[in-house]
Amino acid sequence: MQTVQSDCERGDLRLQPESFLVIDCGSTTTKALLLKKREGVFVVSARTEAPTTVEAPAEDITLGVLSAVEQLEIQLGYPLLRNGRFIHPSEPDGSGVDFVGATCSAGGGLQILVAGVIKSMTAASAERAALGAGAIVADVIAIDDGRTQYEKLARIATIRPDIVLVSGGVDGGNVSHVVKMAELLYSAGVRPRHGEGKVPVIFAGNKDARDAIRDILSSSSDARVVDNLRPQLEVEHIAPARQEIQNAFMSHVMVSAPRYSRLTELTSTPVLPTPAAVGKAIEHIGRTTGKTVLACDIGGATTDFFTYSSGRLYRTVSANLGMSYSIANVAAQAGLAAIGRYLPFAYDDVEVTNSLANKMIRPTSLPATPAELALEQAVVRAALRLALRHHRALVGDVRGVRQQREISQTLEQDRPAYAEDDMLGVDMIIGSGSPLSMAPRRSQAMTMLLDGLMPQGVTEILLDGRFTLPQIGLISEHYPDIAWQILWSEGLVPLGTVIAPVYNHTRLGASLARVSLQLPNGRRVERVIRSGDLLRIPYTSEEMGRLTITPVAHVDVGAGPGKTRIVATRGGEVGLVLDGRGRPLPEPSGSSQATSAALRQAREMDLFPPAVLADFARRGGEAL
Amino acid sequence: MASAYTPGLLVTESILVRKRRRLPILGEVMVEQGAMVSPHDVVARTNIPGDPETINIANHLGLEGDEIMEFMVKKVGDPVTTGEPIARKSSFFGLFKTDVASPVDGTVDNISEITGVVTLRRPAVPVAVEAYVSGRVVEVMPREGVVIETPAALVQGIFGVGGETQGELLMLAETSADVLSADLIKPEHKGKILVGGSLVTGDAMRRAGELGVVGLVAGGIIDRDLIDYLGHDIGVAITGSEDIPISMIVTEGFGQINMANKTFDLFKKLSGSTASINGATQIRAGVMRPEIIVALDHLSGASERDTETGMTDGTLIRMIREPYFGQLATVNTLPPELQVLESGSKVRVLTAKLMDSGEVVTVPRANVELIEG
Repeated sequence: MQTVQSDCERGDLRLQPESFLVIDCGSTTTKALLLKKREGVFVVSARTEAPTTVEAPAEDITLGVLSAVEQLEIQLGYPLLRNGRFIHPSEPDGSGVDFVGATCSAGGGLQILVAGVIKSMTAASAERAALGAGAIVADVIAIDDGRTQYEKLARIATIRPDIVLVSGGVDGGNVSHVVKMAELLYSAGVRPRHGEGKVPVIFAGNKDARDAIRDILSSSSDARVVDNLRPQLEVEHIAPARQEIQNAFMSHVMVSAPRYSRLTELTSTPVLPTPAAVGKAIEHIGRTTGKTVLACDIGGATTDFFTYSSGRLYRTVSANLGMSYSIANVAAQAGLAAIGRYLPFAYDDVEVTNSLANKMIRPTSLPATPAELALEQAVVRAALRLALRHHRALVGDVRGVRQQREISQTLEQDRPAYAEDDMLGVDMIIGSGSPLSMAPRRSQAMTMLLDGLMPQGVTEILLDGRFTLPQIGLISEHYPDIAWQILWSEGLVPLGTVIAPVYNHTRLGASLARVSLQLPNGRRVERVIRSGDLLRIPYTSEEMGRLTITPVAHVDVGAGPGKTRIVATRGGEVGLVLDGRGRPLPEPSGSSQATSAALRQAREMDLFPPAVLADFARRGGEAL
Repeated sequence: MASAYTPGLLVTESILVRKRRRLPILGEVMVEQGAMVSPHDVVARTNIPGDPETINIANHLGLEGDEIMEFMVKKVGDPVTTGEPIARKSSFFGLFKTDVASPVDGTVDNISEITGVVTLRRPAVPVAVEAYVSGRVVEVMPREGVVIETPAALVQGIFGVGGETQGELLMLAETSADVLSADLIKPEHKGKILVGGSLVTGDAMRRAGELGVVGLVAGGIIDRDLIDYLGHDIGVAITGSEDIPISMIVTEGFGQINMANKTFDLFKKLSGSTASINGATQIRAGVMRPEIIVALDHLSGASERDTETGMTDGTLIRMIREPYFGQLATVNTLPPELQVLESGSKVRVLTAKLMDSGEVVTVPRANVELIEG
């Protein structure tokens, strides 16, 4: 892996830093975060952002970084830069900073071509390894994928991946099939996405085939060998392949962001891919809370999803689902109706599609009016829904993917053990990414997560309140205690708890469950959730309250049909949300019904000021 | 100093344009440094390797992989024709022969003694790169291509479809608000690049294709009209290789938007000139903007593009988002503190004086672009 010396020697990090400057270079926006120690704890001292500058005419990632940092200097009133380099470590007069780090996703998503022998077995494991490394899978080629030889060759020749991952055969088993796959790759002539160099090809199959694979591929590729990701039929071992993908990503792909090498010179430590950094934070949260966590990071070009369950972290990157460069693609995939149903005002199809297309071609522009904001937040819901489906289809059973499967289950392994939309196993949802973290109202973030992810049972909802998870994940690489202190005190904002009973069809207004909240001061709040309801109970407390949910006979809130559930909750900035709308959310019968429902939701969830809601109502032809 | 602004599109009457003309793979450069070229001159050419075709010789002849070499009648590098034997197995003292015939014309590319599979390569496909613009070859990249330089008028659009072509520019609009509709397009416009005002309609695009018009330029297009014309969604906006008979460029965006006065006035001036047009657009991972280039004989006070300037008081800007979309303004103030917008978002803003009304408005800095060129 390429290493570059920074202003001070690598490894010469201060043992007890007093300040951190951490930068996240996203596809659209570069965020600079300054953390300083005050009275023994680290707090966010300042946060700024600037447009990312990897595209023409700038074509220099460091310009956006320096722009964001210069804005920090204005806010702070002291310099962080001198002659274009960071003042590092900090100086006695207060200028400078003790640690400078960066995460990056600006070079575009990592695109991997997966090649395996059996589509449902080794190819599927390879695909999970690729996705787990935060990659975008361009295609999965397998001997038995149903395509003709010519079609496979033509497809391989067309794709220009960043990396190829080849798998196939258990250790000690048949060699010829995986060699045939390698010959297919050689014949097709895999070319890289950038430039004309050799594409890294990672072989993670039958160890007996390693020599043959090297012979075939090393003349035309950067061939690498790691442990078999399927050493035995019933054992999946994807960590080495995942790590090598990340290594190849760091050494080959991230460096393609213009002036990336200059960025590495500016930082104290190696630049980390953003999904890897966020993943570290999610893993920590899952490990320390013991909960099954579902997290999302919605960006300008891609949406990342993370599941932490039974000690393992799963990560997917949904390419081309995002809120700036990819916004028109979200609209194309979801359809206008899936977006329009969340608009609390009547709209014209043509105007909406024009508006989204204009955002796509001017991706750094911002919604300036409430209607534009409502439209973009409606698209967020659609993007989350699409990306979650993708994540769930690939990750599998979120209640716990077994590392070692029983032989009898081998042939059924790619059939999920749960319904695709089953969210009862998820205890906690964390939202991150500018559209969520920087939403003007926390209730907007809560509602986007609610409608997009459709939690079931009882789910705690937290928000990456200042969009700092990437930076915190980076700090944790070197100063974990400091990172986790920042995470829990400055990073995560509890939004509240959602109670969403699971039930089959029932008449509108039917009673689903009784909810009783015992507050720390002894007061009790009681409500009934009815079918079709969406109710918010403002509640936040330093101490735990006791929530008792008693469903009716056929309704499940996570303990089984008809079974009472008791949970402790502190609520959050939005409070308790009682969601009796059912899953999936029922489709509105027409546009005016959709507008009315969206208006009711906007009012109940306090999404906009009353004057704005009144204006929306006038646009929808209804009075509030 | 780093700048925090959205750079504008280039719209200039005279600038030195450099176009890099490269082959997709190494080949042969056909012109010398210093040569003058015209748009359709071939400046470089190469052969793209043909598609591979594989045959399992071992299966055909009932052999193991490591046995096939003995039965191959062709070796790596040998040419083959369709039906010609590439492997032969004789039995019963040579009385019975089993041939494996080549299914294609091509060359033997690889013989695998592990799998017993032979890979054939179909004949190469010739590819040529044209100059695209008139100008002088100022740099030869050996075996890759050339750089051509020319003084030119240049207009960059915000979005386009269709690839490279050339034709005579013809302004059809009286004002920047006029709509370029189908009824305005006549048979005598064949081979031309037509320029409108605020909008090009879907019907106009269809009519233009029918009559042999090569290009259309206007301020805007309705997103739905474009999707209907193309037959598919735009998706992630990587364009230029559509199977359509015209190139189309919008200068302002989606919707009916008056072409910016500076752009409109320049097109009026250039009407009648031969232009090179390219609708290819890529909004990220290597931004490409669609463009119209009119080569000139000489520069007239042109300058290299200055990417170092930022915004200061008095800088000329254009609004690129509602509620002031398309309006020109001058920067009034650049307050450093974040401010809350009508949407509720807290962002860095600027105040600007609208040129039409004189009204001073507050907008996010991200929602303006510099007027460049």
